[in-house]
Amino acid sequence: MQSPQPFTSGQIGHELLASYCAQGAMLNDEMVLPDGTVKPVWASFFDHLSRLSPDELGKRFLRGDQYLRDAGVLYRQYDETLSTEREWPLSHIPVIIGEDEWQVISDGLIERADLLEYILQDFYSDNTLVASGQLPAKLLSRNPAWLRPMVGVSKQGGHLLNTLSFEIGRGPDGKWWVISDLIEAPSSVGFAVENRIAMSRVFPNFFAGANIHRLAGYFQEFQQTLMNMRGRSSGEVALLSPGPMNQNYPEHSYLARYLGLLLVEGEDLIVQDGKAMVRTVGGLKPIALLWNRLPSTMFDPLELDSSSMLGAAGLVEAIRTGTLRTVNMVGAGVLETRALMAFIPKIARARLGRGLALPNIATWWCGQDSQRDHVITNIERMMVGDAFSTAPLMADPRTRDFSEISDVSYPQHLANKIKTSGHNLVGQEAVTLSTTPAWDDGKMVARPMCIRISMVRTEDGWAVMPGGYARISAGDDAKALAMQRGGKVADVWVTSPRQVKTPSLLSVSPTAIPHSLPHALLPSRAADNLFWLGRYVERSEQNMRLFRAYFARICDGVDHSDVIPTFIRDQLMAGVEPKASAIAARFGEPLELALQAASRISDRFSPDGMMALRGLVQDAKMLDRQHVQLEDTPVQISRLLRQVTGFAGLVHENMYRSDGWRFLSIGTSLERAANMCDLLAACLLTEPSSGALDLALEVGDSVVSHRTRFQIAANARSVTDLLALDPSNPRAVRYHITRTKEHIAKLPTQQEDHHMSHVARQVLLLETQLATSEPEAISSKGLNRLKQDIWSISDTLNKYHLA
Amino acid sequence: MKYSIRLTIAHYYDLPAANSRHLIRVLPRTLLGRQKLTTHLLEVFPEPESKAEGVDFFGNTTHSCAHRDQHKEMSIRLSCHVEMDAPSLWQDLSPSIQRLRSDHDTLTDLGPTSPLHFLGPSPRLPPNSAIRDFAKDLYQPEASAVETVIRIGKALHETMTFDATATTVDTDAADAFRLQRGVCQDFTHIMILALQSLGIPSGYVSGYLRTLPPPGSVKLEGADAMHAWVRAWCGPLQGWIEYDPTNATLVGTDHVVAGYGRDYSDVAPVRGHLRSSGGQSNTQAVDVAIAG
Repeated sequence: MQSPQPFTSGQIGHELLASYCAQGAMLNDEMVLPDGTVKPVWASFFDHLSRLSPDELGKRFLRGDQYLRDAGVLYRQYDETLSTEREWPLSHIPVIIGEDEWQVISDGLIERADLLEYILQDFYSDNTLVASGQLPAKLLSRNPAWLRPMVGVSKQGGHLLNTLSFEIGRGPDGKWWVISDLIEAPSSVGFAVENRIAMSRVFPNFFAGANIHRLAGYFQEFQQTLMNMRGRSSGEVALLSPGPMNQNYPEHSYLARYLGLLLVEGEDLIVQDGKAMVRTVGGLKPIALLWNRLPSTMFDPLELDSSSMLGAAGLVEAIRTGTLRTVNMVGAGVLETRALMAFIPKIARARLGRGLALPNIATWWCGQDSQRDHVITNIERMMVGDAFSTAPLMADPRTRDFSEISDVSYPQHLANKIKTSGHNLVGQEAVTLSTTPAWDDGKMVARPMCIRISMVRTEDGWAVMPGGYARISAGDDAKALAMQRGGKVADVWVTSPRQVKTPSLLSVSPTAIPHSLPHALLPSRAADNLFWLGRYVERSEQNMRLFRAYFARICDGVDHSDVIPTFIRDQLMAGVEPKASAIAARFGEPLELALQAASRISDRFSPDGMMALRGLVQDAKMLDRQHVQLEDTPVQISRLLRQVTGFAGLVHENMYRSDGWRFLSIGTSLERAANMCDLLAACLLTEPSSGALDLALEVGDSVVSHRTRFQIAANARSVTDLLALDPSNPRAVRYHITRTKEHIAKLPTQQEDHHMSHVARQVLLLETQLATSEPEAISSKGLNRLKQDIWSISDTLNKYHLA
Repeated sequence: MKYSIRLTIAHYYDLPAANSRHLIRVLPRTLLGRQKLTTHLLEVFPEPESKAEGVDFFGNTTHSCAHRDQHKEMSIRLSCHVEMDAPSLWQDLSPSIQRLRSDHDTLTDLGPTSPLHFLGPSPRLPPNSAIRDFAKDLYQPEASAVETVIRIGKALHETMTFDATATTVDTDAADAFRLQRGVCQDFTHIMILALQSLGIPSGYVSGYLRTLPPPGSVKLEGADAMHAWVRAWCGPLQGWIEYDPTNATLVGTDHVVAGYGRDYSDVAPVRGHLRSSGGQSNTQAVDVAIAG
């Protein structure tokens, strides 16, 4: 390695370090030793960092953020009614841990994972832990996370835990502690890959030369594990998500796409003859393995929580019959019970003859006299929370830290509560965390942190993700509970003194999930959303064209009450008020709906497409709010129209020709054909002299085509010919019926024989009718009938493929 | 003595339902030294696409059935014979409540009959302070557990009015207690909460009641549909006893057990899930006659 230029970097580095240490960072810090020197594993990175000017750093951080935005990595926040998407809170300074220390952590967590497996097996079979007095019976009998219907339902000789994560922190003595076992709780490690890519954009030069363990190998092992669990079954491997209203949906959608899994929701699933099936556009297909990301109690409304709208009835029976396997047994969440941590040390000693190498934070269950007394005596050093809570400590707002409560009477109040309903309460030592560098307001500051580590059980034992995901506190309070107040996410680098292997997930092994594109399974729900996405965008475009036509006339001095403006409002816009905001809502609302539909299928829709759509919605809102000068309106709307066309182009140029793309295209075509019928029917009915026919050509974007084809002024015949019957005009009804016919012919059918499906027959009849019609024979009434026929195609399509 | 039991449950849908799935718990149990299911026939109309029989955690027989195609009604018909043993004489072997409470801290068995499951809370029965106060007023420290169960059952029967129109299957025990009205399900839920508040493990029993009383007795409430009552654990020597608060009586040979659970949600005769956009109405008819 080249020796660094000692003068410049040394100088900046010295100042950087001095100001960092001046905050008292040296007490228990990841980067700095108590003597104020940088730890060896951080040295080369710190050196690199100290050579970059603040300007340069700022630019690089933006590059990382830009990557995350482009990749569609977002953080979703929910309050009572609505969800907002926020930028991913990447902390641009990594946490660096040497591979030797990482190995020690990994070994400790593997030992813990094996103990958890043993405990889980016992909970759902013989209950010897309770029988032998190692665990109070009430911790199961009163525990809503212990699912009685799952007792005795062992997975065919397999393990009950297949993947889990841990949240760990480093205490003041330098030792690591487990803060939470994350089994059903979301781990967010799905985004570790994106954090890593973003960081490689922030520090490209450093990254290339540093020996940082890559993450991709872990995900390959994960994928392989799923394939092995599926075994020889031909069924699908799917990830079961609570759906877009859940704040972890972006991660589910990301993981499904990254690992090539089918993303399903409860309503996609049905159980038949004891087998779990997914409803797809090609009929029911079997599921062999479900990676369940619902809370276990929600998995099956028939045998578990009957109020569940998320799961599917009969899934437990499918597990019982052995046709369905799940990643982590349903009911494994009982291991997250907070009070269990009070007994894990004892169970470990009984089983291993010693304590765990990586113990959890000290915990006391107030349902036992001695433990309760300890909590009451030491209340000032305790966090007290719900004994049966399965929420991770950092995400459970009901847990209180008593060192922080100023009301002096409160501890007494709590002590009383502990005495009367102790079995519902648990005390945990109020641990403090180590700090790590973060960048805040142009300065390097020390912030408390904890790390999430994930593992998967492969055929050769547990594989631990080498690095990943750290949470960085927003403030400098090192109390673990302060993490609840949010903060940032940092990439964890596990570094080696040697060259590391560099696998890439792009080179997946040939045995990995073999999807037979383009007929890769498309759940009916996803197809339905794509279909509506197509329809809404098209509906919005049609209304933008009407808006432009309307205001072009107003700008020319035509009055709102004149013939054509009145005609547009009454006949083509359902009698909307003559106000710009009301008319703009005609395209703004469908755009919002389009965005909603798209966000429900973000696993099947490119991040580019989502971004384009999001931009479109935002710009449309601007136009609505900004009080654009009247004379500028047509120009502004033309810009929006170009964006819509750009979106359509993106979809049609970049989207894989899958069934999903076909449903989107069919949605667009049917909506456009039906809208054209409406437009034409209304225009044919009005006086030829009113200019309605010219309006039809204008809104139908066919003014130039008309001039080229007919070289005469527009008349009923020429306009009908061009907008209804022309097979080459992408604005004409016939053009879109033909396209629909072609798409439908390529959809998977549920019947094997040569008979045409009902919907294929319907659309062929309609196409033939249009192909054999003369323009003179097309009346306003006929167009209305045609529109009914088009929606009838949509209904049949719904019944056959989307229901 | 032998009973012939017939049950019909029918669901009528306002709009056709499809993709429905039901879990049925109606079959009488076989209980050693008490009752024995000898023959039975359970039919579901329309004929389900798939049917499966199973046993749940508490040992109740379950039948699951699925209908994929659209249908406007679904009915379940059971006919069966149950042999009842003559009741054996028993005496009160139960300890005081105080003793009973210290007993259950030493319990470590988590099998289906373990009292540990029946200390609450359960899915339908969160603790309720009004019901707790009701029980507290009746509590006598020196009384045995059995005496306490009977005392509370009787008091509840006097407080509550049987009223088939006041509540539904979804009514909370707390609401029924406030109304002081309800049916066997409400009586049973309230009594379970009352007993649990004193530390007596208690659970829900669903089953059948003899339709026509023995000569000279009055007809019991709850004989026209499936019935419900309470079982309470009164210490290791006494074990479980059953009490019917709707009729203020200890359970004898007039009661046939179908299901044991913590509350209604564990033993509901039919739990269902279906796709339909309309409403639904249900009917139930039961006949329990002496057979030979």
